[in-house]
This record gives sequence, structure tokens and C-alpha cells, in this order.
Amino acid sequence: MTEMRLIASASPSLLQSPDHELCPGCGHPVAWRQVLEVLEELGVADRTVIVVGHGCYTQMMRLSDLDSLQCLHGRGPAVATGVKRMLPDAVVITLSGDGDMVSEGLAEVLHTAGRGERVTSLLFNNGVFGDTGGHMTAATVVGQRTKTSLSGRDPDEHGYPIDVSRLLATIDGAAYVARGAVNTAGMAARTKKMVRRAIELQMAGAGFTFVEVLTMCPTGWFVATPAGPEYLEESMMATYGIGELKAPPR
Amino acid sequence: MTRTLLQGSEAVADAAIASGCRFFAGYPMLPFTELLEHMARKLPAAGGVCINADTEIEAVNMALGAAATGARAATGSCGQGIALMQEAIAEAALNELPLVVFNMARGQQDYFQATRGGGWGDYRTITYAPKDVPEAIEHTQLLFHLADLHRAPVMMYGDYVIAHTHVGVSPIAADFGPLPDKDWALDGSAGGTGRARQIWTWARGKPNTPGVGPDQHWKDVAAKFAALEETAARHEQRLVEDADTVIVSFGTTATVVDYVVDELRADGLRVGSFRPVTLWPFPGVALAAATRAATRILVYELNAGQMLDDVRIHATDRNAIRFIGGVSQDSSGMRQGDLLDAGALRARVLSALKEGP
Amino acid sequence: MSGVRGTVVMASERCKGCDLCIPACPPHVLEMSTETNGLGFHFPVLHDGCTGCAACADVCPDFVFEVWRYS
Repeated sequence: MTEMRLIASASPSLLQSPDHELCPGCGHPVAWRQVLEVLEELGVADRTVIVVGHGCYTQMMRLSDLDSLQCLHGRGPAVATGVKRMLPDAVVITLSGDGDMVSEGLAEVLHTAGRGERVTSLLFNNGVFGDTGGHMTAATVVGQRTKTSLSGRDPDEHGYPIDVSRLLATIDGAAYVARGAVNTAGMAARTKKMVRRAIELQMAGAGFTFVEVLTMCPTGWFVATPAGPEYLEESMMATYGIGELKAPPR
Repeated sequence: MTRTLLQGSEAVADAAIASGCRFFAGYPMLPFTELLEHMARKLPAAGGVCINADTEIEAVNMALGAAATGARAATGSCGQGIALMQEAIAEAALNELPLVVFNMARGQQDYFQATRGGGWGDYRTITYAPKDVPEAIEHTQLLFHLADLHRAPVMMYGDYVIAHTHVGVSPIAADFGPLPDKDWALDGSAGGTGRARQIWTWARGKPNTPGVGPDQHWKDVAAKFAALEETAARHEQRLVEDADTVIVSFGTTATVVDYVVDELRADGLRVGSFRPVTLWPFPGVALAAATRAATRILVYELNAGQMLDDVRIHATDRNAIRFIGGVSQDSSGMRQGDLLDAGALRARVLSALKEGP
Repeated sequence: MSGVRGTVVMASERCKGCDLCIPACPPHVLEMSTETNGLGFHFPVLHDGCTGCAACADVCPDFVFEVWRYS
């Protein structure tokens, strides 16, 4: 008699509902699934507070069975500082997109890392302001067409993208800085390990931890949904690279 | 009774800590800086956290985060720094989070900012303007209570004079009565239960616990402040019953008014004074009553006419109003100038009274 | 049949037809349907040979796949 065992639930237990209104092929729920699985596996859902900025990913907050604080655009790391200082034993996680963090909130995340706040900031970077319809952010890669860079981002006119992970890796207060992606199952698995390491280091009091996840936005990128993963590899991964930029020795 | 000679900023810090404030964040800016210094020195010993933030925007957002956990949290700045905090003050109002904001202002030019707010939405900010250090101590304690009671950001409009004057005080820890539980506060514990908590200005809730949505939530918040407008105003008035001239002022300016009123009464003039203790809600009904019989309502404030607007809205006879204030800062621009002076005020009052009807 | 080690239960009504599961499946046993679901999208159909690796679940933005293994 063959037995069957469940390998993966359709929807993580920490999602109250899987019904979101994000576009077909959106990378944000793919990334958030990995985060929720880490929290389930670590058994910390009942002491986690998430601080979530403004973007398409805000829907993930609404669906998640986690104590949540929706914050002003870009201010997540500062808000999380106040939360963590009052709840030092909580797992405090901020969630931002590149518009929220690399454009609006660059000062906040750098200062929070500088202070070595024991929070974990997650950046779901799809290189566009998706929620407003696909506009250029400080992380948009050269050549990317958006509604405010219709011929593609041109260094002469629009300058260059800012690599916030690279900036954070230079800050002593940052204990762990890594960049993953979710364009393939293999990348998603690798990213999950980064998220897990970041949260474990927070819990160990190592300092500020950070995981950037490159996610697909076929709508914002003007590509067909099945082309999203390959486009991510050719554009964003080629610009930013994947891996741990800073990590304590194991 | 033992009195301690305390700088106003230190007295306010002590009052905040005695009220249970356990989180404070700020950015140095004269004349708020000393409040931050005293909190940095004293709050950790009381089991709290004081952060010298890198920007005012971060300071107020940190305090908002701390408040979301149910802690008594505060921040502060002055003038232009408070301007940077407007977005987060409004956010706290729409999130219904308690938060105490100390504006140690450079003068009186922050009245519009305090009462009209510069953040987004249909919210108001309960604002207390103490006239001296003892009142600042009382207001500090009361503001922590009101913030929790009404689930809203509240402001103390202090200033350079209050911040820097040393006064002998014997602070009493006031008890303002019971407060509701903070069952809305986030500590993570509802995670994974199916009923996780959420603080969101759009109030859309989560699938298992749907919220009322932005439209209804913003109506509810507006209604809360509309109700407070009827009940939460405070004022102080002196010698208005038989006065034909009433001087209206707020904050430390009122102490100069008190002095000049006594002088002019001794000279036989029927002068009285009125001051809003809360800038918002402005005590309009009380003002109308106090000035009903006055032929002159003299507005004395150190700005180009800000509280003047509220006096015009509420006074029964607008024609009786004369503005005898004006912008007045010293040469540094950081503290009140020559108009904060009994002689200067007296001259302006007499000049206004010489005018024909 | 030898080699069959897993299967998926799919919430096809949720699928938004993004096609990401198709290339993600290592044994290539997923194919988009000819019919459409209630949302108007084509959805994945499972052929023989699933190994229960859960790659489809890992890449699906819409939480369609519940993955099982036979032991």
C-alpha cells in the first residue's frame, strides 16, 4: 500500500487567505511564501511583528496572519526601530519595495543599519513603482522602459540605479546583507535560506539584517508573464548579482 | 514643601518619565535640544529608551512604532522640525495611536501648524499651550493621559522661555483616572491564531477580521475629533465680567498680559484677559461669552496673526477685534523678541484704546 | 507505474494563467489546459511523472499547488 505524505500546502498556514489581486506572474507572493515558511519553521509567528510600506506587496500584509503595522512610505525601518526597542524579544520584520525603500526611504534603512537595530528589513525589488502603474525608481536598471523612462533608463538623462544592498554591506551595524531572487524554484530555495539566516541572526542579537529579493513585475516591465523570469535574469540579476554580500562567519 | 530648581526642559522630562513615558526620540534643535538631552540622560535609568534620531522624520516614526506596541511614547522638536513630523502626526491620528509631541517653539509662529496641522486627512491635534513651567509640568502629565484616552497624537506647545527658565517646582504625580486597555497594541502574540492584529490607516482588516474600510474609518476618526471639539477645550480668563477691553493671548505671552492687566486696572481701566489653554480645540464658546460685552478684543500674539483667525471665527462682535501682536523674534531668530515685554504690550493696548470706535 | 513518486492537487480556479509553473517543473509534466477557469485563464494540467519536488509550488504566485509524495 502506498502512503502519501504532504510535501507542500497550497497556501502557507500563515496566510489567512491566498486570494490576492496581484498581476499574473507577480514575484511578490512567490517571495512572501518563502518568508512565511521560514516563520512557520522557526515557530516564531506568535512573536513576530511586521511593518509594511506602501506598494503591491501591502496586499501580502493584509492576507497574513501576523501582527501588522502598515507604515508611511519609506519609513518602515524607523517605525520598526520603535517597535523592536519596546519589544526586544519580538521578531520584527519590515517589508518594502524598491520604490518604498530605495527611493523614498533610503535614509531610513541606512540609518537603521547604522544604529545596528536588531530588525530584519526585506526589500522586494522589481525595479519599478508597480503599484502606481510602472514608474522609474532609484533601483530601476539601465535600459528598463517605464512610464517615466519610455525609451529605457538612460544614464545621461536618468542616472544610474542605486544598489542599496551594496551600500548596506559597507555599514558596520549591518550584520547580514544578502540578495536573492524568485524567478526560479532554485533561486527561491536559495532565497529562503537567506531569509532564515537573517531572522536567526536577528534573534541572536547580531545586528541589522537585510535580504533583498529580486521579484518579477511583468506588467511594469512591459513583458509577457512567462517571460518575466528570464527578463529578471537578464536585466536585474545582471545589474545586481545574487549572493550574500555580508555575513558573519558560520 | 521642598522645591527643586529645575530648568523647564528638565521639569518636562521628569514629568514625562513620571507619567510612564518609556520611549523618546528626537533630533537636536534649539530650544528643544535640552529636552532631548535630559531624556537621554534620565530615561534609560527609568527603564526606557531614548534615541537621538538622524532626522526628525525618523524620530517621529520611531515614536509611532513604539506607540503601536502600547508603550507611552513621545517625540518633539520645534517649528521647522515639527513641520517635518506632520506626515507622521497625521498618520498617528488616522492609526488612532497615542503619541505625545513636544513643540518647544522658538516663538509663537507655530500656532497655525499646531492647530491646522500640515498632515493629510480629517484629523485634529489636541494642543495644550502652557504659560509657565508649572503648567508645562501639569500639561505634560495630562497629555500622556489624553493621548491614551483618545487614542490620538497630542501636542504641547512650549517655547524657548519655558524650555530655558529655571523655576522652583514641587511636581505632584497626578492621577487622571482609569484608561481603557490597549487591546489594539501589537506584540506579535496574535500571530498564527487566525486573528492577528493590524494597524492600518485604511482599516481594511484581514480576511478573518474584516475592517470597515477607508471611507468609514476616516469618517469615524473625523467624528471622534468633532466630538472632542465640543468637550475638550480649556481656557483661563481673568477680570472679564466687567471688562470693556479683553486681551486675548496664548502661552508665555499670557504672563505678560496678566502683569499689564493688573497695571491697567490699577490705572482705572476695565481690562480683562482671556487665553486658550488648548489651542485646539479652541475654546470658542467661552471666548464668545467672555467678550460678549467687550468693545475691544485685543489679540496679542508674536506672529503676523494666527490665533487671530480663531478669535475672528468665534467672537460675537468681529468689529471689536484689533490685532496688537506681530512677528517678534530676537536677532538670532530663535527666541521671542522685543514685543514679549510688559512695556511694549502696555503701549500697544493704550494705543488701541485711543482709536475711535 | 515505476518512477511516479508524487502528485499535485491544484486549486485551478485561482490560477491566473501566468505559465511560470510550466518551465519550472523539472520532469516537464505540467501543461496549460485548453479550457479556461472562472477567471478566464488557462490553468495547468498534470501529466504522469510528477516527482513531488514542489518546484511548481515554489514558483506559483497564486498558491495553486498542493504537493504530495508517495512513499
